[in-house]
This record gives sequence, structure tokens and C-alpha cells, in this order.
Amino acid sequence: MTAAVEAHGLTKSFGKTRALDGIDLVVEEGRVLGVLGPNGAGKTTAVRILATLLRPDSGTATVAGFDVTHHPKDVRRKIGLTGQYASVDEDLTGIQNLVMIGQLLDLSTAQARVRANELLAEFDLTDAARRLTKTYSGGMRRRLDLAASLIGRPDVVFLDEPTTGLDPAKRDDVWDMVRVLVKQGTTVLLTTQYLEEADALANEITVIDHGRVIAHDTPQGLKRLVGGQTLEVRASVLSDLPRIEELLTAVGTRAPEQPSPDLFSVPVSDESALTTVVATLAAEHIPVSELSLRLPSLDEVFYSLTGQREQVAESEGKAA
Amino acid sequence: MIRDSLILAKRTITKMFRNPEQFIDVTVQPIIMTVIFVFIFGGAIAGSTTKYVEFALPGIIVQTIMFTSLTIGVNLNTDIQKGVFDRFRSLPIARSAPLFGAVLGDIVRHSIAITVTLVFGAIIGFEFNTPWWHVALAIALIILFAVSLCWVSVLIGMLARSSGAVQGLSFLIVFPLTFGSSTFVAASTLPSWLQGWVAINPVTHVIESMRGLLTGTTAVAGDTIAGQILWVLASCVVLIAVFFPLATWAYRRKI
Repeated sequence: MTAAVEAHGLTKSFGKTRALDGIDLVVEEGRVLGVLGPNGAGKTTAVRILATLLRPDSGTATVAGFDVTHHPKDVRRKIGLTGQYASVDEDLTGIQNLVMIGQLLDLSTAQARVRANELLAEFDLTDAARRLTKTYSGGMRRRLDLAASLIGRPDVVFLDEPTTGLDPAKRDDVWDMVRVLVKQGTTVLLTTQYLEEADALANEITVIDHGRVIAHDTPQGLKRLVGGQTLEVRASVLSDLPRIEELLTAVGTRAPEQPSPDLFSVPVSDESALTTVVATLAAEHIPVSELSLRLPSLDEVFYSLTGQREQVAESEGKAA
Repeated sequence: MIRDSLILAKRTITKMFRNPEQFIDVTVQPIIMTVIFVFIFGGAIAGSTTKYVEFALPGIIVQTIMFTSLTIGVNLNTDIQKGVFDRFRSLPIARSAPLFGAVLGDIVRHSIAITVTLVFGAIIGFEFNTPWWHVALAIALIILFAVSLCWVSVLIGMLARSSGAVQGLSFLIVFPLTFGSSTFVAASTLPSWLQGWVAINPVTHVIESMRGLLTGTTAVAGDTIAGQILWVLASCVVLIAVFFPLATWAYRRKI
């Protein structure tokens, strides 16, 4: 397999802020890489460098076989970019936006119009095609923005936080569109703040924080690393709490936490823990108002990863 | 690059027709200015509205074009803030295409504003006392001045943090330039310190050139139309020599 995106030791500073502090990223052709990190981790800066909008201070990067600093124009022919903020022109209609971008990509007006209509249909925007995009809802705008980045049939698509600010149904729509893209053979690099999103879409996940890569793994590997899923139980009757704590201690990989007075949560290694807990609760007639199994949040991922890094540093210290 | 600039110029024009406020800027606004100055102040300033329209219309055209030419910075700043420029920059087009596209689109906006003002002026009694090619020369001259001046606005648009700040700064520049000139009253009626400013203000020469080319006489005694035009060409050269390099430098830094 060849890499569609390959970056080594990228650094970038803005004044005294070091946005990127030596980042390596690799995306194989036809695969999806999720870049996971909190606000200000350097995700957007990395995408802007790979999409040739910014020059790195040092380090190298190639996209679709071309160097981003030396052959930016060749890179631009091969990529599509969907920014963190929808970057369509609000004062033009949906179709005007798409036709204009088609023309700028050297299509004839007729070809651009055909391609625009094709994408509008694909993204369910045909009815809104002749309305100014400032009248679009958030979800429609995000879809138009995605359509705009696909006009030139790019080999590599960068999606910078494609679902931030969307409600769950709209988010699922965007996910479906990304899956269609991947099926067509497009390489995708997406940034996100949600482990759930990276897990749903990506083949591999790179976690970055403070401009550095702190983990790189498959979604399964990463979940194993951070303790898989979290089981939460909310008691209906407060006097049942001690028994619930006992139960969760038995199935959990760590001691349960009590984030609110009637709620216990515990990381578990596999889904069978849920069955065990449900069976026991039923047998002992303990009523609960909430019972859920969820992926760890970004906070929890970072807690585990950075906690682990400190442990590694400690053991290295001991070895020395 | 030419094709890309034309596509992006078309964007400016399409936006103008799709957005009432931008369209009003170049159609209704010059008409309102003309009505206000000619019918409200005309009698008081020149004794009659027909006399005053002959005096004020060239100045109103210049004022309208000055305001229009300074919106380019606001528009470019908005495009950057909203991420539209990021989209352009991710496309394989020349870096300068969005800038030249905006300038080309503005030339069309200027032409519309000039045509509207001249036609409306003719309707309310403005008389062209000069051959047609003088009128054509007047239009070409004011557009040349606008294109020279727009680089000031581009520079402000690239340096300011918000489009609101661009607007505020631009107005600060336009007001003393347009009102501190012979747009609405003859310079001889002004206090002497202000006459000093009016005499060196390049906009005065633009207005006197327009006045000369459209009506056949200037409001400044002892100066020829050709002399005024040379002054305008000289100020265009200075504006471009100073602000074009600065504006494109600031643009390249942002883009």
C-alpha cells in the first residue's frame, strides 16, 4: 500500500504559541484517518498545512504524491477541503457556489452545471439549489460545503470537524456521506473531538495534544488502551447505592466513580459486563432509572493516555 | 489567471444583483444624494436647482465612486473571516485571482453607478455642454481614480481585524477627502485654512476634471481642464506606486 498523506516532523508556531511541535501523520490510500484532539490541540493547523493553506516552519509533507511546500498547485488539484466553518459564499445560491468552484477547477460552464446538479441531488439539496445559502440550515450548509469539496473528484479529502455543532440525526447523515466517499476509493483525513466519531468512521486514529502525537492506533487498540467502554447505572432508590457500587466493582477494570449522588460509572473491558449487571439487578429486584454502556469521552481518553504517559515516564525513571 | 479572475468577478456582480443592499449602493444611493443636494440645498447654495445640478452632479458622481471603491476592503475582509478565501486557496488557481476578480467586479459596479447618476441627472435637468468623447473621458478618468484608490481599501481590509473596523477606517478617510473638496460648494467660499486643504486634496482635482469634461467649465479660476487632468493622473500614479505594493504585500501575507 502507498501512503496518500504522509507528514514528518511538522512544526508551526504563531508568535510564541507552538501550534504543532513535530507531528507525524500517515494515511494509506483509500483509508480513513481520524485525528482526535481537544480544541487547540493543533488539528486545524495540521489540516491547513496539508491542504497547502499554511506553510510549516519545518518538517515535510506529501499529499497524493506531491510535496505540499514545493508543489502546492499539484496538491490542490488532488484534494478537497471542508473547513471547520462552512466556507461556501453566503450571498450566492447553492448551485451558483458549486458551478463557480467547478469553473475554477477548469470545467466548462456546461460541465460545471452537470457536476453541480449531480452533487446537489446526491446531497439532497436539489430543492434548495436556487436559494441563497445564508437561508440554509446548519446541516444543509455542511452538506453543501462537503459537496463543494467533491466537485473536482479529489483523491484525498480533508474534513475538519465535519459534525461539530450538528444534532445527532444530521451527524449521522454526514457520517453516511463519508462512508460513501470511502467506498468510492477516496482517502479521508478527518479531525474530530469525539472518539465516537473517529470510532465510527476511521480505520486508524491519531490522538494529538499540545501539537504532539500522544497515541496512534486502530479504534479497537485505542479503546483497549483507554479501558474500552464505560458502564453507568443510576439508582432509583438511594438505599440501593451500596449494592450497586459492589456490583460495579465486581465487573469493572477500575474502582467505580460517583459523578453525581445517584450515579455510579465504571470502565469495563467487554460488553458481557452489561449482561451480568442486568441479570443481577433483575434477580435482586433493584430498580434503576438509567443503565448505559458508552464509549469513553475525550476527557476520559486524555485522562487515560496522559496518565499512562506519566506512568511510562516513571518506570523509565526507575529503570535509569 | 485571467479566466479565474473573470469567474470571480462574475461572483462579485452576481452577489450585487442578489443582495438588495449592495444593489442599492450603486443605484438608489446616488439618486438619493442627488435629490438631497440638488433639491434641498440647491436653491440656497446656487439660487436655483437647475443651476446647482450643473455644479453638483460631477461631485456627486465622484463621491459615490469613492464610497463604492472603498467597499472592496470590507468585502475581502468578510471573505477571509467567513472562510470563503480558504476555499479559494485550496483550489488550483492563481493566488492573485480573488483580488483581481474583486477589482474587475468593482469596475462593473462603478459603471452602473456612473450611468445611473448621469441618466438621473439628465432627467432632472443636467446639460452636457461638451462633446461625447469628453463624457467618455470623464467616465474613464473617474474609474481609473477608483481603481487607484481601491488599493488603500485593500490594505485596510487585509490589516484590520473585522469588517466593521474596515468600514469605520474607510469612512474616516473618505469624509475629509470628499467633503473637504469642491464637491458641493466653490472653494472660494471656504475659510482660508480649509482652502489650503482643498487645494492640495487630490479629490478636488478629480471633481474639477469631471466638471470640466462634463460641463465645459471648472470652478477654479485660472486653471485649464487639461491641467486638472494631469493632476489626477499624477495622484493615480502616486496612489498606485505607494499602495499597490503595500496592498499586495499584505494580501500575500494573508493568502
